[in-house]
Amino acid sequence: MNLLIKGGRVIDPSQGLDDTLDVAVENGKVKEIGPGLAAPAGAEIIDATGRYVVPGLIDMHVHLRDPGLEYKEDIVSGTKAAVAGGFTSVVCMPNTKPCIDNKTVASYIITKAATEGCCNVFPVGTITQGMAGERLAEMGELKEAGCVAVSDDGRPVRNSELMRRALEYANGIGILVISHAEELELVGEGVMNEGVTSTELGLKGIPRVAEDIATAREVMLAEYTGAAVHIAHVSTSGSVQIIREAKARGVKVTCETAPHYFTLTDDAVRGYTTNAKMNPPLRESADVAAIKQGLKDGTIDAIATDHAPHHLDEKDLEFNAALNGIIGLETSLPLSLGLVREGVLTLHQLIEKMSCNPAKILTINRGTIEIGSVADITVIDPVKDWTVEAATLASKSKNSPWLGATMTGAAATTVVAGNVVFNGR
Amino acid sequence: MATEFKHKDIIALRDLSKDEIELLISTAESMREVNGRAIKKVPTLRGKTIINLFYEASTRTRTSFEIAGKRLSADTVNISPSTSSSTKGETLADTALNLLAMKPDIIVMRHAVSGAHYFLAKKVGCSVINAGDGAHEHPSQGLLDLLTMKDRFGRLDGLKVAIVGDITHSRVARSDIQGLTKMGSSIYLAGPPTMMPPGVERLGNVTVCSTMKEAVSDADVVMMLRIQQERQGKTLMPNAREYSRYFGLNPENLKWAKPDAMVMHPGPINRGVELSSYVADGSQSHVLKQVENGVAVRMAMLYHVCGGELAE
Repeated sequence: MNLLIKGGRVIDPSQGLDDTLDVAVENGKVKEIGPGLAAPAGAEIIDATGRYVVPGLIDMHVHLRDPGLEYKEDIVSGTKAAVAGGFTSVVCMPNTKPCIDNKTVASYIITKAATEGCCNVFPVGTITQGMAGERLAEMGELKEAGCVAVSDDGRPVRNSELMRRALEYANGIGILVISHAEELELVGEGVMNEGVTSTELGLKGIPRVAEDIATAREVMLAEYTGAAVHIAHVSTSGSVQIIREAKARGVKVTCETAPHYFTLTDDAVRGYTTNAKMNPPLRESADVAAIKQGLKDGTIDAIATDHAPHHLDEKDLEFNAALNGIIGLETSLPLSLGLVREGVLTLHQLIEKMSCNPAKILTINRGTIEIGSVADITVIDPVKDWTVEAATLASKSKNSPWLGATMTGAAATTVVAGNVVFNGR
Repeated sequence: MATEFKHKDIIALRDLSKDEIELLISTAESMREVNGRAIKKVPTLRGKTIINLFYEASTRTRTSFEIAGKRLSADTVNISPSTSSSTKGETLADTALNLLAMKPDIIVMRHAVSGAHYFLAKKVGCSVINAGDGAHEHPSQGLLDLLTMKDRFGRLDGLKVAIVGDITHSRVARSDIQGLTKMGSSIYLAGPPTMMPPGVERLGNVTVCSTMKEAVSDADVVMMLRIQQERQGKTLMPNAREYSRYFGLNPENLKWAKPDAMVMHPGPINRGVELSSYVADGSQSHVLKQVENGVAVRMAMLYHVCGGELAE
């Protein structure tokens, strides 16, 4: 399909572009960017006046639950939620059933996404076989099958020797290791951040140092082996500082945070709200400030959602029994635009963290709309006010702490490889 | 007292105002008269059904709630986990809805998960009373502690109350902190730092002391908490012997407190660990008075969640 996206504010940090321009798309590729372009033959015209036109957003941390846990989400519903949130690519974590520790599962996901999904799906394989933390997974074949990284997300590799070898082996293959950084002994049976709120509610706390120690270990192993490591969902001020210092020393470390870590504190748990239960847990205001500072100064490279769909039956429970995680694909963009409204990030920085940087970190051929590139484009309405309602969320699961909240900003049009896959709610 | 008790449920003293706490205590004081009669029964809650749903073992609290209900002429039913459907994998919500279908007026529940009662109260239309939830609150214990202190001092403001032990895992400590702070008293906490939860000084009029001596010195009340090997595990203290040496109350270190200080304990006591028998059975001990007041306090709670109306 051919398109002409007219009169929007085109922002593409990959080529230092920020101007009111037209974007012409032909045969799924960006053909031309400039003022007053003529429409390609048979092109659909999209009026982007007052809107941002940016390289398609990439969420590098998503749980699609397919195969095996389709009652929570599947590739169809998950990618629908993605494009509704403005994402043209999602990177899905391997804790499916079976998990993505072999090329067959990886191929199933890639094939199903290509035939039934609405956006690009890049799977992450496991670090260890069965995510059991004992033997390395077949990373070579996982990469050949299309995996863009490896991670035992949700089940950190406890054994430091094994993690060292995983980094070395992955580095040799040229695949990135993503770490869910938590020291599990310190997490224990904790269910929320350890602090005055956990004390008041009588809930077992998870201390920040559980994350800090694990982040420090990964950074030190990366430094020692010379391999790259990516720290998932950074939530503490300590982790931000450890990564900042490591980057200054030249360690090949990158990291992401999630919108809930820069918008909510553990106050959201009051009332034993299970939609505020996730791992790592919501922290305190000093951590929120540190996360914002880390985003601002470039310590934190990417914003990813950790979109973690769970069925109502797994959330509508007493607090300890409820599963960890919240959905995030459809609320990430407005919450992240909030950082621009607050003056934490420039628009340019925001698009880097939601598109260019994830593409660079994962070395995927996305995150740009330079001429000739795949036409993955997100058109953003920055001022649209809308209410988060369970009934209108595309995700199968509705476990969001923002149900009923008003958001400002939304995807107006989402274009994947030149096809309009979402055109507003 | 003009206060009306408007709550359907009693889940935490944190949720109650000073006036409401005073109302419950004053009602409990009048309920005691019933407990002293030869025929210990009034028709106040005749025709009401109370379910005591105890997911954790309890002798004292469950019996106390049961007696409280019966003295008010309510029909009481006890359900404990070993005999309930929970072992068959039924969720708390389903258990509650099934019980609700039998039209109880009050569910009194003890549950190991903090906050489980808020979840229950959202699911059911009947009243919910918390008989202890995880490490959150134990409001009936908090109220009976207040009543026992009031009996001794005639007031609940301006008291210095030391609470010694595992504060982290103690729902009693949290209810006492909420209740005593609202009534205008001061709480001094002592215990191994491994058992002192972060930020506890922000929960009320609380001072965290570095030694037991600092907490107990000049105290009007010394509240000792039960130490439970199964809770403290292997990492929170070396053993009961060392714990007892630094945080056990005996006739010697009780002298740090005011000469007529009250000794209290929510029970069951580990004799020789947190409390020496000389103190537990001594003249300053109010432990059994606490238990006695428990029945009156629970009668008051049952009465007020039912609207505080008499059946006569």
